[in-house]
Formats: sequence, structure tokens, C-alpha cells
Amino acid sequence: MVFEGKIWKFGDDVDTDIIIPARFLNVSEASELAKNCFADLRPGFATSVRPGDIMVAGNNFGCGSSREHAPLAIKAAGISLIIACSFARIFYRNAFNIGLPLLESPEASEGLSEGDVVRVDLAAGSIVRISDSTRFSANPVPEFMAGIVRAGGLVPYTIERLGGKTTG
Amino acid sequence: MPMTITEKILAEHAGLDSVSPGDLIQVKVDMALANDITAPLAIRVFNEIGGGSVFDRHRVALVADHFVPNKDIPSAEQVKFVREFARSHNITHYYEGGDVGIEHVLLPEKGLVLPGQVVIGADSHTCTYGALGAFSTGVGSTDLGVIMATGETWLKVPPTIRVNVEGKLAPFVGGKDVILCLISMIGVEGALYSALEFGGGTICNMPMYQRLTMTNMAVEAGGKNGIIEPDDVTRAFVSERVPGDGVDPVFLETDRDAEYEKVINIDAGSLEPQVAFPHSPANARNLSDCGKVALDQVFIGSCTNGALEDLRDAASVLRGRRAASGLRLIIIPGSPRVYREAVREGIVETFLDAGAVIGPPCCGPCLGGHMGILASGERALATTNRNFIGRMGHPESEVYLCNPHVAAASAVLGRIGGPGDL
Repeated sequence: MVFEGKIWKFGDDVDTDIIIPARFLNVSEASELAKNCFADLRPGFATSVRPGDIMVAGNNFGCGSSREHAPLAIKAAGISLIIACSFARIFYRNAFNIGLPLLESPEASEGLSEGDVVRVDLAAGSIVRISDSTRFSANPVPEFMAGIVRAGGLVPYTIERLGGKTTG
Repeated sequence: MPMTITEKILAEHAGLDSVSPGDLIQVKVDMALANDITAPLAIRVFNEIGGGSVFDRHRVALVADHFVPNKDIPSAEQVKFVREFARSHNITHYYEGGDVGIEHVLLPEKGLVLPGQVVIGADSHTCTYGALGAFSTGVGSTDLGVIMATGETWLKVPPTIRVNVEGKLAPFVGGKDVILCLISMIGVEGALYSALEFGGGTICNMPMYQRLTMTNMAVEAGGKNGIIEPDDVTRAFVSERVPGDGVDPVFLETDRDAEYEKVINIDAGSLEPQVAFPHSPANARNLSDCGKVALDQVFIGSCTNGALEDLRDAASVLRGRRAASGLRLIIIPGSPRVYREAVREGIVETFLDAGAVIGPPCCGPCLGGHMGILASGERALATTNRNFIGRMGHPESEVYLCNPHVAAASAVLGRIGGPGDL
């Protein structure tokens, strides 16, 4: 799977409370959650993201609460992929489960800046900055996890598999 | 093959003789848990993948504890959705209204989580039950929805970090201070993906409620689970609570020659009460280094420090004293049983005499959703587990974390301080 988009840059230890503050968790529809994504840290983020944009962050992205509302809000806001130095474990699982791919790449986390446009190949684990062709490597995403992303998450992936369809 | 307690529990639940860190395994789940925020999403997943019956109606706990009593129409709709699901599936352990407590206080109290079990919850503080010698960890709603249907989940076996705590704790120092000290030592990702196994003389002498506080906050260091090998304290706690429906506790311990990823030693004999400054649980300082930090609100409660003994600790400081003028003191018992006992012992009266507001058992202001939200520029000291930006309200408010003794003393002082400052 290949993604291309503009970078939104974040720092270390971005927690799920800052991704989607708990006061907005009285609903669980992704489109509603997206409206309040980063409401306190970056007001207007949700309306500024263009579909396909990519987030880049530092260490321990998604730490804190187990709320699946966090990756749901980010995905529904239009973000196609998150690249970080490392991810908190519950967030990592949640993101793939809802069909939002993640890539671990300390060098891209360090080298990419807000506004850069990159092309990312999930299976190859390669990240290329379009402007100067700088290449960053990441841990590739295994094929079955790319399959979960392609299907749109673990639920549609499971339904497809139970239905006997191939997910390639 | 020598194994840690975490590895033994996981191997047993995977039907394997042994497991090693990094192994991907499928385990049977003894108890699956969700709350009023995470259950609606999990139920939707459950319905989407087939919507048959739950794997075992006695092994799914649904606890409406976050935004209750319902704070607004959307949260009322969410609880209604969970309630109707619980009714239609005849879920034994559905709790709301006068039966509800904070999930991680309620389940151990009712004997619904036991040593040797695998407990998976759609709440990050599910790691609390490790204090009983269980493997317990938090997941998201999709994983939980699948578990509700199948009773199984896949896990990567975590490496174990052993934390040895030695020394006799000073007065007004407890499990909360030890765990804040550890998190400040290793950082909020210091135990990322790992099991945190606590042991040593200090832990052996620590009462269960303080052990639960410690394992509760394992996730604050990035840990997958926190765990303490069962001992006489565990056996005594469990023997008073086993529901007697044929489920027996299994007391396991780490083999002497098991391999640890790392061993951390903490000398707790000289440990002072700890206060975590904004905006990270890893920002702990010694109480004596806090300076004069004026407070608008003190909150005592939460899944971290909402046990009866926590309230007793607070009451021992507040007895005969009043919260400082202009400071809002909010106290929330962790469960109906804790509340009832606190009334019986006169603790609630002590709190009322001190000028406290007593909330019904629930998560309260901990996560900034309900009952005690902070305005911009306001500062709170809380016995909770997280002090991220905006955690308790306005993004320009501040949250400091501490133990119940320090919270109570600070409420009286109107600034951060300990019982010794009174």
C-alpha cells in the first residue's frame, strides 16, 4: 500500500486525552469524534487536515487511556497514516484494528518537518520526501496487518475472511 | 523452563507448557470488562461480527462508571445502549445506579478477578488486578468486542522488568509514592510493552489497597501489565471475597532462575511523599521540594486511590480540621461498599465536617468529564493517575498527583503540603 500526503508534526508522549479529550467521549461516532480531534492542543486541526495527510510524531505516541476513540478521531479527520519513533501498545493495536496504519521510524520522526510531502510504501517500510528525494526507512508492516488496513479494520477483515473471500 | 509469573499465567491460558517473551499466543480470557465509554464501541463490533451470544454471560463485566449518574443526553444514550445489551444477553455482572462502583475497585471487591486469571478490559487501568497475582491488561473496544464473542484473544508475551523495593516506608508514604518514584525514574515509556513485576521486602509488607495502587499505574510507565506474586496478604484478601461459584484462585510465583529483561532496585526507606507536577506522571518531586503551590481543588478518589483504606488515610488527617477557605475538596468513594463502610465508620461525617463534597461512586473528575471540572488557570491536587494537559478540564488548568495523606493535608493548607505541615 502506498500513501502520499502532507506532514503534520507532533512531539513525544502525545496522549489520548490530548488526541480526544474525555469530555467529548459521550458519543462514539467517528465523524463526531473527528470534529474534536486535538481540540485543545491544535484548535482547528480537524478542519485543516486534507484527506490523506500524514502525522509524524516522536516517542510513545498514543499513551494513556485505552480509548479507541483516539485513532478513530484521527482517521475520521482524514489522516491516512501515522509515523512515529514508537507507539504506546494499546494505541498500536487499536489503530490497526480500526484500519489506521502505523509505521515505526526513528529516522523519519527526526528528519521530517511539518509541511513536508512524503510518499510511503507500507510493505517496503520506505518513506521518501518528495521535495529532495530523501529516503527514510521504517519497520515494514507485515502482509496480514496491511490486509487489515486494506479491508478497513479488523472487523471487515474478519468478516471477509469468514466469508471466504481473499484479502490478498 | 523457568518462567516469570506473567509467563506462567499466559502459558496456562494458551494451553502451552511454556512461553517466552515475544511469543505470539492465543489465550483464553477469564473475565472481559468494559465501561460506559468503551462498551458501546465494543458492542457495535460484537454485533457486526455476528451478534450471537456472548462467550459466557458470567464472564463479561459491564460497568457504567465514567459519566454516571448520566451527565447529559449523549451519555444517557450510551448507558442505555449498554443496559439494553446487558439485558438482552442476560449479563450477570452489569452494574449501574446504586450498584455501581469504579470498575477497578468493584471487581476485586466482589471477587470477580482472582489470582492466576487472565483479565482483559477495555480500559487502560485494567492492569490493576495484577496486585492479586492475575495477568490483566487494557485493550481497545474492537479487541474487546471480539473477546465478548469468542472468549479468546491474541497477545505477545511481554518481557518482565523486576522491580525490587526494599526498606521500611516512612509515615505518610505508601504505594502511590513508590509507583510515582518508579515512573519518574524510568519515564512514561520506561516499561513500554513489558510486564512490571513488583517485589521485595517493602511490597511483602504492603497492604493490598496500596499494592492495587501500584499495579494500577503500571500503564503510566507504558507497561502491558503490573503484577505482584501472591502471598499471605493476597490469600487473606481473596479468601474473604471468592464468590464460590466454582472458580478457584491459582497462586503462582516466578521461578527463582527466570529471566528478567531488567532488574530495578528502589531503596524506599528514605522515600518522601511524591508529588507529580504537570503534565506528566513522570514529573514526580519530593514533597519537601514542591515549594508553595496554591490550590483551587483537591480530589480524593479514583481507581488509583478510591479504596476504603485510602479514605481512612485521608480521614485520619482531616479529622477535626477544615478545608482551606476557597478550596473545593471533592471526595468520591470507589464503590457502594466503600461508601457504606465510610458512613458507618464516621469517615463521611469527618469529610462533611471538613467541608468536602461527597460524590457518588464513579470516576468523577479524574478524566475531566464530570463532577469537578477545572476552569482555565485553576490548579488541582488529586489522588488520581494522570495529569496530562486538560485531563481534568480546561487545557490551561493544572493537575498534580499525590497520595491520600498529602491530598488531605493540602486541602487543609490550601497549598501542597504534608500532614507534618499542619
